[in-house]
Amino acid sequence: MDLLGYGAFFLTNALIFSLVTLGLNLQWGLTGLFNVGLAGFVAIGAYTSALLTTPDDAARLGGFDLPILAGWLGAILVGGVAAAITGIATLRLRSDYLAITTFGVAVVVQLVALNAQKLTGGPFGIGFIPRPFGGLAETPLLFNLSNLAVVSLVTLIVYLGLEHLSRSPWGRVLKALREDERAAISLGKSARFYRVQAFAVGGAIMALAGALQAHFTGFIAPDNYLPILTFQVWVMLIVGGSGSNKGAVVGSILVWAIWAGSGTLTSVLFSPEQQARAASLQIVAIGVMLCIILLVRPNGLFGDRPRRPRFGKRAKVATGESGTAS
Amino acid sequence: MNLQFVVDGLLAGSMIGLGAIGVTLTYSILRFSNFAHGDFMAWGAYATLAVVGAIGAMFGTVAPMAPLSFGWPLVAAVVVGMAITGLLALLLDMVLFARLRAKGQAIIVVMASFGASMALRSLLEFIFTSRPTYFSRAIQIAMPVGFGIRITPDQIALLLLTAVLVLGVHLLMTRTQTGRSMQALSQNAALARIVGIDVAKVVRVTWIVGGALACVAGVMIGILIQVRPFMGFDMLLPMFAAAILGGIGSVPGAVLGGLIIGMAEAGAVQLIGAEWRAAVSFIILMTVLFVRPIGLFGVRER
Repeated sequence: MDLLGYGAFFLTNALIFSLVTLGLNLQWGLTGLFNVGLAGFVAIGAYTSALLTTPDDAARLGGFDLPILAGWLGAILVGGVAAAITGIATLRLRSDYLAITTFGVAVVVQLVALNAQKLTGGPFGIGFIPRPFGGLAETPLLFNLSNLAVVSLVTLIVYLGLEHLSRSPWGRVLKALREDERAAISLGKSARFYRVQAFAVGGAIMALAGALQAHFTGFIAPDNYLPILTFQVWVMLIVGGSGSNKGAVVGSILVWAIWAGSGTLTSVLFSPEQQARAASLQIVAIGVMLCIILLVRPNGLFGDRPRRPRFGKRAKVATGESGTAS
Repeated sequence: MNLQFVVDGLLAGSMIGLGAIGVTLTYSILRFSNFAHGDFMAWGAYATLAVVGAIGAMFGTVAPMAPLSFGWPLVAAVVVGMAITGLLALLLDMVLFARLRAKGQAIIVVMASFGASMALRSLLEFIFTSRPTYFSRAIQIAMPVGFGIRITPDQIALLLLTAVLVLGVHLLMTRTQTGRSMQALSQNAALARIVGIDVAKVVRVTWIVGGALACVAGVMIGILIQVRPFMGFDMLLPMFAAAILGGIGSVPGAVLGGLIIGMAEAGAVQLIGAEWRAAVSFIILMTVLFVRPIGLFGVRER
């Protein structure tokens, strides 16, 4: 019974990660937009939803005691708008500027979360976030299973929605832009407009994932949204294979299993004083793994066929491609 | 408003500027933004610290040089540290970046640098733990120099060192054959190859110069503040902002951008509070991207 409960808990976490990864896959895998500040967008969603749904608190703004669904919708909206603004500022420039700007967004969000006590509760975060099925908390197994059901449902909806989108004309424009920007522009597609859209939708999905997680744990703090989160999600996407939604989900579950497993292993193998050091070794291992996958198998498990360089001269060579043949 | 922020800003600006030179060179010559550059700083500082320790073990305690808080061991150690950091950058390029560059996807290299940055920083945490350490625990008395400004001998020495290094890099870039090859490669890579410029050599020089300067910046942070594994990562946003503000590829621009951001940060610390310091570079970065994305001395990209 305990094992089943833990399994449900584990899968819930992994599926929340896979939501973030799906958002990143839309941005990077489908459109080629490089987001190294995704922890910021996840945090925006979590804090928005927490502010909207928590009971009134004299120490800070809100909460507004709204229903949980309103919190999630708010998270989607605010996350999407924040991503759209980021995109508008940078997407007419070289792709590196987007990377640097998203990095800055994550830094600033972290700063606001830490310092704007009136809005975010400062370093102590926000507690008492209402949980769906909070009434079931006495029976942990039922509670975990119902959480899993909700998260699975949301993930399934987002997954099917993204699958549909990537096959729609809209998704084909994104792929065309990723593969050969000049050709796509010559067909009258505005590169910047489509990219901003994709970036905003991706940001909204990340924010939704953050909101889900906030309601699932009932407590959020700035420490949840450090750069390590960004890094984990990137590894998940690269392992799964960028460009594939299936890969995003499978990669998330796999990497989260490795992460949680090695975490348990270090806590068993090392004495409490050494655990902080062992944890840093864990990050080294994952970082090296990422670099090796990039070198050896850049397509991950389920990735699209190899990409062509964006303005490369070799782009004229017709390769046997499956992803965009339709 | 207290004019002390001028000194604080100059110092912060020197550290940012020295780091930004490396960022701007990597960006303009190798065409990618290197997220591991901040961790070169931290590695340089720790390498220098280790060499200081080794010298201390060999020669016993050495008295510091009169008004300064450090003696010749630190000076020697910085030189060794610069070499180590330059070699680290070369090594990372050899095993990782060069191979990915060969595949021709610039943005994958950025991703790899992000992964490498995580690994490098966590490795430092593993070896040295995340507890901050110091080059010296001695307390220096700041001398008043008028207008309500105070400055310590260490700070004067480091500002002079920065000036010398910046001048040196500027001369390297403008007066030597290697420097001119570097400029040629950044302006037009294909043409540079055609006229027979040794690209591999230019790439090596770029990494060594960037790594060595990052080491000096790291040691400066170590002397004036403290040494900890995250010290470089926290400098990343100011460095990128300085490089973009100055115009990608421009060494004087990177230094000027660093000084502007350092000054703005120091001013903001006085006016708004130290906790918002990191937001300053983001605001400057966004303003530059909206108003003049090529920066102060940048050239329009082809």
